[in-house]
Amino acid sequence: MIMTKIQNLSRRNFVKVFGLATGGIILGCNVSGDKKEFVPSSSDKNSFSPNLFVNINKNGKITLIASRSEMGQGIRTSLASAIADELEADWDYISVEQAVGHEKYGNQNTDGSRSVRTMLEPMRKMGATVKMMLISAASKRWGISSNECVAENHYIRNTKNNEKIFFGDLVEEASKVKIPDTENIKLKEIKDFKYIGKNLKSIDLKDFTNGTAIYGMDKKIPNMKFAAIARCPVTFGSVKSINKSDAKNIKGVDKIIQIDRLVPPTGKFFGMLGGVAVIANNTWAAFQGKLNLDIKWDLGDNKSYNTDSYNQKIKKRLQKNGKLVPGSRGNVATAFKESKDIIEATYHVPHLVHAPMEVPNATAWFKGDSCEVWAPVQDPQTVRSEIAHFFNLALENVTVNVTFLGGGFGRKSKSDFVVEAVALSKEINGPVQVVWTREDDIKHSFYHSTSTQYLKGSLDKEGQVSGWLHRAAFPSIVSSFKPLSDYASGFELGQGFINNPYQIENFRFENAKAEAYVRIGWMRSVIHIHSGFGINSFVDELAAKANKDPLEFHLELLGIDRVIQGKSEHPFNSKRLKNVLKIAAKKSGWGKKLPEGHGLGLAIHYSFYSYVATIVEVSAKNKKIKIENIWTAIDCGLVLNKDNVKNQLEGAAVFGMSIALFGKITAKDGAIEQGNFDDYLMTRMKDTPNIDITIIDNMETAPSGVGEPGVPVIAPAICNAIFSATGQRVRTLPLIDLGLI
Amino acid sequence: MKSLSINGKNFSIEAQNEMPLLWAIRDIIGLTGTKFGCGLSQCGACSVLINGNLMKSCSIPISYVEGKEIFTIEGSSKNLEFLREAWHQGNVPQCGFCQSGQLIAATALLDKIEKPTNEDIDNAMSGNICRCGTYTRIKKAIHKAVELKMNDND
Repeated sequence: MIMTKIQNLSRRNFVKVFGLATGGIILGCNVSGDKKEFVPSSSDKNSFSPNLFVNINKNGKITLIASRSEMGQGIRTSLASAIADELEADWDYISVEQAVGHEKYGNQNTDGSRSVRTMLEPMRKMGATVKMMLISAASKRWGISSNECVAENHYIRNTKNNEKIFFGDLVEEASKVKIPDTENIKLKEIKDFKYIGKNLKSIDLKDFTNGTAIYGMDKKIPNMKFAAIARCPVTFGSVKSINKSDAKNIKGVDKIIQIDRLVPPTGKFFGMLGGVAVIANNTWAAFQGKLNLDIKWDLGDNKSYNTDSYNQKIKKRLQKNGKLVPGSRGNVATAFKESKDIIEATYHVPHLVHAPMEVPNATAWFKGDSCEVWAPVQDPQTVRSEIAHFFNLALENVTVNVTFLGGGFGRKSKSDFVVEAVALSKEINGPVQVVWTREDDIKHSFYHSTSTQYLKGSLDKEGQVSGWLHRAAFPSIVSSFKPLSDYASGFELGQGFINNPYQIENFRFENAKAEAYVRIGWMRSVIHIHSGFGINSFVDELAAKANKDPLEFHLELLGIDRVIQGKSEHPFNSKRLKNVLKIAAKKSGWGKKLPEGHGLGLAIHYSFYSYVATIVEVSAKNKKIKIENIWTAIDCGLVLNKDNVKNQLEGAAVFGMSIALFGKITAKDGAIEQGNFDDYLMTRMKDTPNIDITIIDNMETAPSGVGEPGVPVIAPAICNAIFSATGQRVRTLPLIDLGLI
Repeated sequence: MKSLSINGKNFSIEAQNEMPLLWAIRDIIGLTGTKFGCGLSQCGACSVLINGNLMKSCSIPISYVEGKEIFTIEGSSKNLEFLREAWHQGNVPQCGFCQSGQLIAATALLDKIEKPTNEDIDNAMSGNICRCGTYTRIKKAIHKAVELKMNDND
């Protein structure tokens, strides 16, 4: 880790670049992408590209610019607390401002459960640097050595006479202090943490409970218009003809504009679907106008998509050999030949959709040679580049303001809804807010891929797994960026399939072709949802065949304790996976006698470098299943905010339940059949069991992902519990389709 | 012109009879704490109280609420304040988007049942979806609000 320079920005420059009224010390540093290193800052002040800022005002108030989007994962609080800890700041003086999309902040793409993983250390260094400068200023004033000063709760204390100076009172002197060299920055020891590893409440609590948090749709601009867009029911279909008369008669409807699909260049961006937009004076009039449009569509090539027949086709394809994937080892054919028992199973997960509570929406104001947008986006830099690309604007003339996200789950890392708003603002020459209806959201998403997996495994005489053949087929996310990408990409297969954590000597992984007929995107936990479901379900089936306790069987199959280094800074450690399993099992009372009709099921999964185990207790009554308890244990290394991690894992259990119980998107003649929460159901409070979260104390280890890793274990643990309670194997989700809910 | 009484204040607005209250509140009056989630009374993000009764403002035309008392998340009541405090103590929200509706639904519950059971809470709150999954915290916070209120009465 090399921090070459942290730069003190002048007040003028700071105000100029960030439009904030401020005074005092302002520090910036540069983080290059995901590498946790600081890179040299430009000496040209105008192009100085910092990632993160600490601003201390003379009144002691500290403002942090959050470069990552807040979508419920608590990142604004987490990043702030890391700085505040090293700075020895009083939390009550901390506030957070959201960054616009700009490469000077380093990578802002809020996905992959990596914000804390990649930014904790740079943040801590920012705090430590400011603390050193304050100490230096105080020591000069007192005429003593820096070593004789300590920072404590927003004051610098003279250890010789216990005299104290408030942070705010040191601002002017500290701003003239030379920024310490990287090698002199000393970070706190774990035992001295004040906020890190503790339970901090969300810094935005009051705004959330007063209704004052500003999400995308809450942005209002005087004379702004509202727009709703009718899109072709079939992905990439186009408008043949429109009869606008009924829509035009709706009071409040201003204009009806046809917009063409914008096709993204291969390999990047998202484009937009195109369709017919209704511009109105309020959202409701726009919605009504849209409902009253009479449009004839050219449905295009994807109209043949029927998920029922597609699934059958894929299932058949999986009966034959697929493409052999590197990482396969040993010889499964021999293992099968020499085995005592062989079992086969096919698992299926339908398409899913994110359905964040806040629908996609964006407000844009195109002004000829510049454009400003306000939107709930996970990846504001891509939004910015995409707008510059499609509307032929200089990048510096595009401003992307990031609002709060009313949930993201991957949907809001795509910029299509923002591009729509810009296209319409350009057409009407004024500000406009595009709001998707819930039906738009469910019918025109970037869907979580549907998957079918065939597994064949063999057991030797001792009931040990001797061979494992795994064939999976699912439309690739890459197909959204590169047409005709009919096989899974390496990054997708690396999400739990090829890096299967079990120690199996003869292991073969094959990937079969799966064409995409809808836009495919990533949804919370992404391909881990498939790999976690298939693998955990199959291990449970193998355990049953071997007549062994699933807990013992999993632990045995994880093999000897081993560390697989890989290319990452986070090597896989099988011991940590075993540990979470043992702890979750203990919490659940695994092995205890259960009430009649109850069963326990377990699942483990390693994702985003974190280790998770979940035990689920279900009860079966009158052929219906009730989820009674969920125990999850996570080892995510250093925990930045314990209560926040707990909240994320509780939420992941509920999100995972929605997948297991209800999640299913189907297409008929190319059109998505679901449209709202009445046919795309969600877990509700009445469905929610007791959820118990254990966080492994592992503060010495680098932090890993939290937002996503709790999801993939839930569906397989539920299904394994159902088997335990009833003897019924669930190999196809969701449970509601099987009449179990 | 139509006159709406929201949180004790009167607003005169120009809107059609059939416009759902949600859009009048958000787009015309400019109170954005009440959220749009589904437009079908399925998710509860748009929950408001009308003459003290819990309703989904996405499906109530403004003609129905003229002359009635509308209460939104921007308002304040004894129960709502206890709930807010309990929400803070329990660090309930994640993304926060559904929480206006959750708090309004919880207010309606405490307005009717002084000390709700888990079952009462499940019944009262299951019309509100939280995609982040904060249900267990919401439930705990409602019990906590009751406790805060009882201690306050001491």
